[in-house]
Amino acid sequence: MKSTEGTFQSVWTLGEQRDGRISPVSYELLAWGRDLADKRGTTLASVILGYNLKDRVNTLIEHGADIIYVVDNPALEHAYPDAHAAVLEKLVREFLPEIFIASATTYGRTIMPVLAAKLETGLTADCTGLDIDPETGLLIQTRPAIGGNVMATIKTPKHRPQMSTVRPRSRKPLASDASRKGQVIVRECPDDAYASKVKFLEFIKDETTALPIQEAEIVVSGGKGLKDAKNFQMVHELADLLGASVGASRQAVDLGWIPYSHQVGLSGKTVSPHLYVCAGVSGAVQHIAGMSSADIVVAINNDPDAPIFRVCDFGIVGDAIEIIPILIEKLQSQKATSPK
Amino acid sequence: MRIAVLVKQVPSTDKVKMDEETGTMVRSAMDAELNPLDLYAVEEAVRAKEKTEETEITVISMGPPAAASAIKEAIAMGCDKGVLLSDKVFSGADTWATARTLSSAIEKIGPYDLIFAGERATDGETGQVGPSVAAQLDMPVLTYVSKIREVNGARIVVERAVEGGHEVVEASLPALVSVVKEINEPRIPTLKGKIRAKQTEVPVMTAQDVGLDAAHAGLLGSPTRVVKVFYPSLSRNGTIVDGRDPERAVNALVQFLKDKALV
Ligand SMILES: Cc1cc2nc3c(=O)[nH]c(=O)nc-3n(C[C@H](O)[C@H](O)[C@H](O)COP(=O)(O)OP(=O)(O)OC[C@H]3O[C@@H](n4cnc5c(N)ncnc54)[C@H](O)[C@@H]3O)c2cc1C
Ligand SMILES: Nc1ncnc2c1ncn2[C@@H]1O[C@H](COP(=O)(O)O)[C@@H](O)[C@H]1O
Repeated sequence: MKSTEGTFQSVWTLGEQRDGRISPVSYELLAWGRDLADKRGTTLASVILGYNLKDRVNTLIEHGADIIYVVDNPALEHAYPDAHAAVLEKLVREFLPEIFIASATTYGRTIMPVLAAKLETGLTADCTGLDIDPETGLLIQTRPAIGGNVMATIKTPKHRPQMSTVRPRSRKPLASDASRKGQVIVRECPDDAYASKVKFLEFIKDETTALPIQEAEIVVSGGKGLKDAKNFQMVHELADLLGASVGASRQAVDLGWIPYSHQVGLSGKTVSPHLYVCAGVSGAVQHIAGMSSADIVVAINNDPDAPIFRVCDFGIVGDAIEIIPILIEKLQSQKATSPK
Repeated sequence: MRIAVLVKQVPSTDKVKMDEETGTMVRSAMDAELNPLDLYAVEEAVRAKEKTEETEITVISMGPPAAASAIKEAIAMGCDKGVLLSDKVFSGADTWATARTLSSAIEKIGPYDLIFAGERATDGETGQVGPSVAAQLDMPVLTYVSKIREVNGARIVVERAVEGGHEVVEASLPALVSVVKEINEPRIPTLKGKIRAKQTEVPVMTAQDVGLDAAHAGLLGSPTRVVKVFYPSLSRNGTIVDGRDPERAVNALVQFLKDKALV
């Protein structure tokens, strides 16, 4: 849509749910949205599609939304891209938001490009920063490209809504405030909007109970330097102790020590944990591409010239196979003595 | 079955070195290759062809004339033919304009029952082109596909690698499928394949050929504008300790984690 096609106002976030439960990324997104809406002097709305979630959406208001648009229909229970995008398109064309952001999850990164194509507007992927240009009022979208080696600032000057997906964990949610007031608007759509050419058959859950690495607060990764699958078990042990999810270099994945869903890097997942610990990982550019936005990086490697040491906050030059067990032991005794 | 594979030529990353001072990637303009994540899309298309009789695979790429070599790489792996979309007016395209160009070409030279794309290109890393092409062609999109369970002329059943597990879904054809690395192990082209690729002529289509108004192509047709590019410093100048005395090193690490309130 061209910016001249109507009066576009308000900031929207796309809420996300799994099995009728609102995903935490929805709240992170509201923290970004709240800032943008305040800077624009407008309202913040969250849109959420699914089934049986009418009674659960109040938490979105508690985390910063002024308005919730809910479309609650069995046809939306699963994330069918065609149906979800069609419903969102109807809502956007009716309410004309100026800015519409979603999380850069598999859901957001699928629905948003479909929606942007239908609305004929721009979409900026996987942003790590969002702001408002004080002069023009335009959304300033900042994102890494080429493996995090380049940061680009992107605007959508003449098309609306200005749309972006935002990297999970790039922002902490606002504190929940049960006294916040907001409006819940439940919408129905014409039947054709719900039609999908995709059908859900089943969900095969990962056996691990840990969070997917993209959402984890702490990630512990292992690389080829751990030498074999047995040693790689130490990474799991350390991760359990720290309440972390397990990551890996591509070499470790290619050697079959751990499934691909745990690969960090250019051809794997991008992670933004608070703490990233890695052992036996050399720190190739393609690996760093996936973890450079971690807050704190700890590395263990026996090669003092390993590139990972240039991007770490704390490094130990030494044999990881010897060091990790000692670390595990110390953390265990630490845990036993401290109340936390 | 008629299959199309969308591939992009990107600057190669394996030859990339870091400039220690500026923290930027150093590469020469010569080092371009087929987007590594598109190899999985090409491989999956070739596998589908091997399983289904009378299947033809067309490789489609938008890019400068040199991108023909990326198309030839895919042909060497077993695709039948290629089309290069190349025109001065295509340059500077964002994902919307790229998808618009690709979908215009597909409307011209298609239809296809199945279109494959990579999860994302290693340069722009948006992963938006695939879903955007599907939307513009009004067909369903299946993203993050890690396994094709079944495909015939009318439907496809796939597993999608999503947060927390794999979702099994079915879609009617035509559909666009973007694949992740988990899906297969791309083959190395055979000598025979390479020779065939060399001999295959890759026709070039311009904006006019695909029936696209220049106003909808390239920078002019792009809703987004890159207004600034900067190089973040990746270096963190951290504390490095000697691990030859492991006890001491670990104590220092635990203290560091305590100071940061991490344990
Ligand atoms: C297109 C492309 C995409 C890629 N995508 C990714 C990606 O997504 N993710 C990724 O990780 N890689 C990726 N790679 C591969 C990347 O270039 C590296 O090959 C890979 O990251 C190396 O993995 P590694 O660090 O485990 O192994 P190595 O490079 O072999 O490093 C092992 C390290 O362990 C150290 N070591 C050895 N023994 C010990 C010990 N006893 N104790 C402690 N340290 C020890 C060594 O000093 C060395 O630094 C990609 C490559 C290409 C070309
Ligand atoms: N210029 C292009 N020509 C053909 N296919 C492309 C082009 N750009 C992107 N694609 C396809 O879209 C996928 C995602 O790319 P991107 O959205 O740029 O990350 C790639 O893996 C390709 O399959």
